[in-house]
Amino acid sequence: MVRILGALVGIFFSGMLLLTFLNGLVAFVSTPSTPTAESEFHEHPRQVAWSFNGPFGHYDKAQLQRGFQVYSEVCAACHSIHQVAFRSLADLGYNEAEIKAIAKARQVPDVDPKTGEATTREGVPADRFPLVYANDVAARAANNNAIPPDLSLITKARHDGANYVHSLLTGYRDQPAELLRKFPDAKTGEGLHYNPYFANLNLAMAPPLTADGQVTYGEGQPNPTVDQMAKDVAAFLTWTAEPKMEARKSTGLAVIIFLLFASVLAYMSYQSIWANKEH
Amino acid sequence: MSFPWAEHYAPKNPVMKWVDERLPLPRLVYNAVGAGYPVPRNLNYFWNFGVLAGVALTIQLVTGIVLAMHFAANAGVAFDSVEHIMRDVNWGWLLRYAHANGASFFFIIVYIHIFRGLYFGSYKAPREMVWLLGVVIFLLMMATAFMGYVLPWGQMSFWGAQVITGLFAAIPIVGEPIQTWLLGGFAPGNAALNRFFSLHYLLPFVIAGVIVLHIWALHIPGSSNPTGVEVKGPQDTVPFHPYYTAKDGFGLAIFLLIFAAVVFFAPNALGHPDNYIPANPMSTPAHIVPEWYFWPFYAILRAFTMDLAIPFTGIVIIPAKLLGVLAMFASILLLFFLSWIDTSPVRSGNYRPLFKKFFLLLVLDVLVLGYCGGAPAEEPYVMISQIAAAYYFAHFLIILPLICIYEKPSALPGSITEAVLAKSKFKGERDALPGTGSDLQPTGQA
Repeated sequence: MVRILGALVGIFFSGMLLLTFLNGLVAFVSTPSTPTAESEFHEHPRQVAWSFNGPFGHYDKAQLQRGFQVYSEVCAACHSIHQVAFRSLADLGYNEAEIKAIAKARQVPDVDPKTGEATTREGVPADRFPLVYANDVAARAANNNAIPPDLSLITKARHDGANYVHSLLTGYRDQPAELLRKFPDAKTGEGLHYNPYFANLNLAMAPPLTADGQVTYGEGQPNPTVDQMAKDVAAFLTWTAEPKMEARKSTGLAVIIFLLFASVLAYMSYQSIWANKEH
Repeated sequence: MSFPWAEHYAPKNPVMKWVDERLPLPRLVYNAVGAGYPVPRNLNYFWNFGVLAGVALTIQLVTGIVLAMHFAANAGVAFDSVEHIMRDVNWGWLLRYAHANGASFFFIIVYIHIFRGLYFGSYKAPREMVWLLGVVIFLLMMATAFMGYVLPWGQMSFWGAQVITGLFAAIPIVGEPIQTWLLGGFAPGNAALNRFFSLHYLLPFVIAGVIVLHIWALHIPGSSNPTGVEVKGPQDTVPFHPYYTAKDGFGLAIFLLIFAAVVFFAPNALGHPDNYIPANPMSTPAHIVPEWYFWPFYAILRAFTMDLAIPFTGIVIIPAKLLGVLAMFASILLLFFLSWIDTSPVRSGNYRPLFKKFFLLLVLDVLVLGYCGGAPAEEPYVMISQIAAAYYFAHFLIILPLICIYEKPSALPGSITEAVLAKSKFKGERDALPGTGSDLQPTGQA
């Protein structure tokens, strides 16, 4: 009985699927798939040899500091890094006085202790980086109806994050003539900017890094070309997304070495216990 | 417990003797996973995965309980509280990465465990109850994992909750009220997050309870083995401890090695980037996909793209969405009936030439379904998943009963020991005889 009912259920589902398949096959063969501008012109991020790649990868503190500088002078106008606390900047090699100064330069929301009204005060190391806009409505109003996302986790929230940020920042260009010839409807709209690394090719953010030397780096640092600045800020945003990466990798190495040793011991005990037992 | 020659517990120190006389817990442990449980001597490495699944559950429980001390199940702060764990809690990043990847590894282990059972016929008499309880555990795991994935309240959490509870909305008439009841609202929100957290904390303990039943049921007939031939005498078995504790110890070390490699060096490889974007009801992700371990079932769900209708009339009998939901649930529920569908008297696939070929096809089929389930709902993936899903149902419900009729099984070995000795060309013949080898088999107690 179970087998008969089972076979009927099986014939029903398998038959229905095969019918659906044939139906779909006819449609697939008779109507050629229409390519879209996104499917033809979207590009995957270019690969960069980051210092933090690989199991032994580590952050380059000088690069993170340069990236923080680019973030502060360029990105911070619209984008917050609200998950990051000022005190965490110690990871970048800043000392306590420097961190206090960085925090002090930013206003964070608070409540006036005398009147109870909303106000702002200078930041302290325990604070997090403040939001740029009070809320999403304010963010939209100031940015042509697009919300600049918080960047704390951006390199983990996109496929191939660090490479993506670098490619996106350096990927702005004029819309290719070929694209417009093939897809006349896909012209980049008013207030949008063409960038083949962005999922739908057109994004609201204007090119933020436009000229070499836009940010002035300190003595002994590389030349602040657009490419260098994009790399530095992508490295900084990798740190904001994964501040514990170095601890994770170094702990991991110790754990792996321990487990290799344990595996050998476990294998030897297994062999010795079973030594006289055919199995 | 199961065989008359099983070793009997004899407390060696007075404290254990005192405890054992008042509460025979030491005896229970001894008989369950100690020297008191005789196990076939010929188990291969696929038999490690039961113990490994227990370890995986333990990892999930320990990391999960500590994570719950720092997590806040409130839609306003859940996402930030996960980041607080990642940044501010001591070793919080390790707890969270171990828990998130631990779920994936739990499923890898359980899938290997299930396919081990499928190939070696572990679902057959007298072990039907072991298999049925195993399917219950699998269903509980799926529910637990789904609700756990909702907790970080990222984009995939939110939209995953929307899609999965939306499956119930496909039920005619009562579907939408059921979805609303499950979510505690018309869309995933604070009520849904809070109850999912409560159930996500509860269900693992239910799983642990069913595991106790699963092992209890296993210990009645004892473990199966790669030949599928039942144990015939003391020479066929070894005591679980130290033989299989040692072998499981080695398996555990290898498992932890692979687990650690992923947790420490590629902790986000199995996740989806969109879950690092806070949940946003106003913005639907381009591709909503569940975690990888649900992909085969997701592919079956999406394979149904055509309504069941009366031709040329436009009268729909079953809409495509409901068909997909029914098929997805059926794809798991059919496992409950497997013991009665496969009637071949031979358990092990090693001695079933035809079954073996179709089994390998099934493994390939499920991998293809998994790949299609993770791919966007576009051609050719939809068509491939339709063929693969059709084979999945046909395999269990049509082909398997037919194999039982037409297959000529190859000759079975006379006993486990015979199979072992044939494999090692009689090198250890003397040792295999009871009482003459180094094994700990008692001769006088039976």
